[in-house]
Amino acid sequence: MSLARSLFALLGLVFLLGVQGQSVQAQENLDALRPLVNNLAKGKYDETQRQVEALVASGDPVVVPTLKALRAGDLYVRKADGEVFIATKGGKGYLLIDPLTTENAGEAGRRDVSKIKVNNRLRRVIDASMGSLTLMAADPKVRLAAAEAVFKAGDPEGLEPLEAALQKETDDDVRLVMEQARAAALLNSDRGDSDKLEAIETIASIGNRDALSLLIGVRDSTEGALQEAAAAAITKIEKSLAMWGNAQNIWYGISLGSVLLLAAIGLAITFGVMGVINMAHGEMVMIGAYVTFVVQELIRNSAPWLFDYSLFIALPLAFLISGSIGVAVERGIIRWLYGRPLETLLATWGLSLILQQAIRSLFGPTNQQVGNPEWMSGAFELGQLTITYNRMWIIVFALLVFAGLMLVLKKTPFGLFTRAVTQNRRMAASMGIRTPWIDALTFGLGSGIAGIAGVALSQIDNVSPNLGQGYIIDSFMVVVFGGVGNLWGTLVGAMTLGVVNKFLEPYAGAVLGKIFVLVFIILFIQKRPRGLFALKGRAVEA
Amino acid sequence: MMTSYLFRTLDAKAGVFIAILLAVILLVPALNILIAPDNFFHVPNYAVTLMGKYLTYALLALSVDLVWGFCGILSLGHGAFFALGGYAMGMYLMRQIGTRGVYGDPTLPDFMVFLNWQELPWYWYGFDMAWFAFLMVMIAPGILAFVFGWFAFRSRVTGVYLSIITQALTYALLLAFFRNDMGFGGNNGLTDFKDILGFDIQASSTRAGLFVASGLALLVCFLICRYVTKSKLGKVLVAVRDAESRTRFLGYRVEYYKLFVWVLSAMMAGIAGALYVPQVGIINPGEFAPANSIEVVIWVAVGGRGTLIGAVLGAVLVNFAKTWFTAALPDVWLFALGALFVVVTLFLPKGILGTIGDGWTALRQRRVSSNAQAGGGKPPKTPPTSPAAAANVDPQPAE
Repeated sequence: MSLARSLFALLGLVFLLGVQGQSVQAQENLDALRPLVNNLAKGKYDETQRQVEALVASGDPVVVPTLKALRAGDLYVRKADGEVFIATKGGKGYLLIDPLTTENAGEAGRRDVSKIKVNNRLRRVIDASMGSLTLMAADPKVRLAAAEAVFKAGDPEGLEPLEAALQKETDDDVRLVMEQARAAALLNSDRGDSDKLEAIETIASIGNRDALSLLIGVRDSTEGALQEAAAAAITKIEKSLAMWGNAQNIWYGISLGSVLLLAAIGLAITFGVMGVINMAHGEMVMIGAYVTFVVQELIRNSAPWLFDYSLFIALPLAFLISGSIGVAVERGIIRWLYGRPLETLLATWGLSLILQQAIRSLFGPTNQQVGNPEWMSGAFELGQLTITYNRMWIIVFALLVFAGLMLVLKKTPFGLFTRAVTQNRRMAASMGIRTPWIDALTFGLGSGIAGIAGVALSQIDNVSPNLGQGYIIDSFMVVVFGGVGNLWGTLVGAMTLGVVNKFLEPYAGAVLGKIFVLVFIILFIQKRPRGLFALKGRAVEA
Repeated sequence: MMTSYLFRTLDAKAGVFIAILLAVILLVPALNILIAPDNFFHVPNYAVTLMGKYLTYALLALSVDLVWGFCGILSLGHGAFFALGGYAMGMYLMRQIGTRGVYGDPTLPDFMVFLNWQELPWYWYGFDMAWFAFLMVMIAPGILAFVFGWFAFRSRVTGVYLSIITQALTYALLLAFFRNDMGFGGNNGLTDFKDILGFDIQASSTRAGLFVASGLALLVCFLICRYVTKSKLGKVLVAVRDAESRTRFLGYRVEYYKLFVWVLSAMMAGIAGALYVPQVGIINPGEFAPANSIEVVIWVAVGGRGTLIGAVLGAVLVNFAKTWFTAALPDVWLFALGALFVVVTLFLPKGILGTIGDGWTALRQRRVSSNAQAGGGKPPKTPPTSPAAAANVDPQPAE
């Protein structure tokens, strides 16, 4: 432990020294470059061009802003002392910026400075040299961006500086991109066919859409072996792109499925296990989302440093609040209506109207702002896939909730009682289980899970009083499709519907895809009225 | 024979209802047109349209009561049939605009010109003829109901499952009609109508005519519903409602009975929609919203399911309350409507008419029994009506 710590300390020290050394060196470079920059103002175009070449020859990327400004006609010389500045209009005439340090250097009157003239030939010279300068930059990110720019442009002019840069490149990632950029530039140059064949191979290995369009260009403009090689590479890329497209559809489908799962899983308890139609289920989800909103609002006003943990605070609160509303609803309304499912449906629908209007009266009808914590924003790349963190965490969260619920139902005494009561109420009561309490608690559990789902959905959906209504039909579809009384069915149902929906979307559009799914479920229920995973038994209802 | 049968089955309640309905049909237009506007008894134009709208809602409620009250099919998607009928009517009215539209195209409705459509889609053919359009008002919802019901009832989808898929049905149609590509005006729907059967749709005489038409349609449909429910077929329907499996075991083809009454009910809903559209002047996909269909169910529940008259009463009462609330206390309306759902299901499971009817029978029975007691008999039990009685039902999961 202490060894590791001293090692860290040592590393820190070395790092500090290195930084200091670097900055001293940078200062010396600037001092050396300053006269070159000031020389830009002297003489005519030819003279300026020579100075530009001298600047480029220094190979220091610190001159890039100067050259850019010169190209754009923003470079001015102060008449009094011949110093050169980047100037923008403002203040009493111009605002001056030091071209090398890009720091503010005061102001100058309109007549105190004069512009350094630039013509098209000069611009071309600057353009050609700019790429090679940034390719040599000290910061690998800058080099990477420069290499990508060359790749996109595919300009044969960039070939030589690239090859020069490749010689010096040490970073493997940047090197790879540079190789690819070199290949792209090479294809457009007049090099020999063998080099070009190699370049096609390099580009084919990239396998994204840019590479594809590049190769299509090659195929259409060349003949013979090159064309064949390009065509072969194109089919290969298209195949892999199609595969990635499928992977993306599956990913989006799973993401949608996890949202459906979250919305439906509470319903799977109340409807699936207890047989109670709760049309106010969506409103429990909505209440969970509003709990998140209130928690974030309180944190914003009193303890902003807690913001990243707001969801963890909101989760138990949402569970408790939605859950206790659920218990109250069961005790107040639903227990009078057992055995009359159609009436339960109507009463809970009325309840959902009341809850919606209550939230609307309290918070107003507009969307509320719920923020993403730091760890839920952003994205990362996986192959050709872009995966956003919030989607990923919601999938993880949905599966966690599912697993947790399974555990509660299978491994706890409460779960045992619940299953006993749903399987044989009278027998369970005879064994000493207080069935009314189990009813209330089970309903509370279902509602509480809806509340938790609301916390998660607040991250990707608009938090408004209508939040729940959008989910209610979908969640019923999931539960009915998966099979009533079976949590695994709900999981499979949600994922299937999500993936099917996303695969239909490219062909049919979002709305039509959804309609197809609805029609499919309607037809499916005809075939298997008890869902995908029906409980086996000999029960005949009524 | 049918008429004589009808009259034979009319009891006092139905007689009173028909008399009141006839009086309304005659009086309201008369008071609107014949009485001078400054007179106290004058009925203003907006009130005629409003009441006409109530009558179409009442017809819709009647159709829901026919399937829910007598056959136990709780439809949460009757709004779909209502809206389909409305769209059929709307298409006719659109074609009647002719060159008077904003773009002045003789065949294409404005929204199609706007979307750069070159010709009329095939399903718009024939809607320039009134008879065809009026036929489609019944046939379009009828076909949808037949196809849907054929699949649903044959595979014995019942109870809550059926309710949920009817809701999914209307939801799917809602999404479909929102699309511009469907050729039904997308989000905006069909509107800006000019005239119907050659009469100016804004004129007060046309409004009165539409009111009378709505009233008569309600009356005719009421008589049909009564005829159906009082017939032998109606008895089978009630048997299906109360014990479907047992009826099937007795040898009845339950699905055919259900299918018949389902299609009939959908056609009535279509007619209601068709009469609704010219009176409000617009039809848009919002009519397909599942919430609308569920609201219809509560009208029936308030009035009393399985009573027919109750459905009409409930529709008029709830909608009158809605009009009043949304004008006076707009924020309270959804609270009131929600509370209505809860209170009616908990405390008035038989609705207003059912409860009154029960009270009436109880009273009569007590009188009979007190007469009988004088002769030494025992008093018969009164049927349970209170929520306390409902609460005594042992909690049973609905499986």
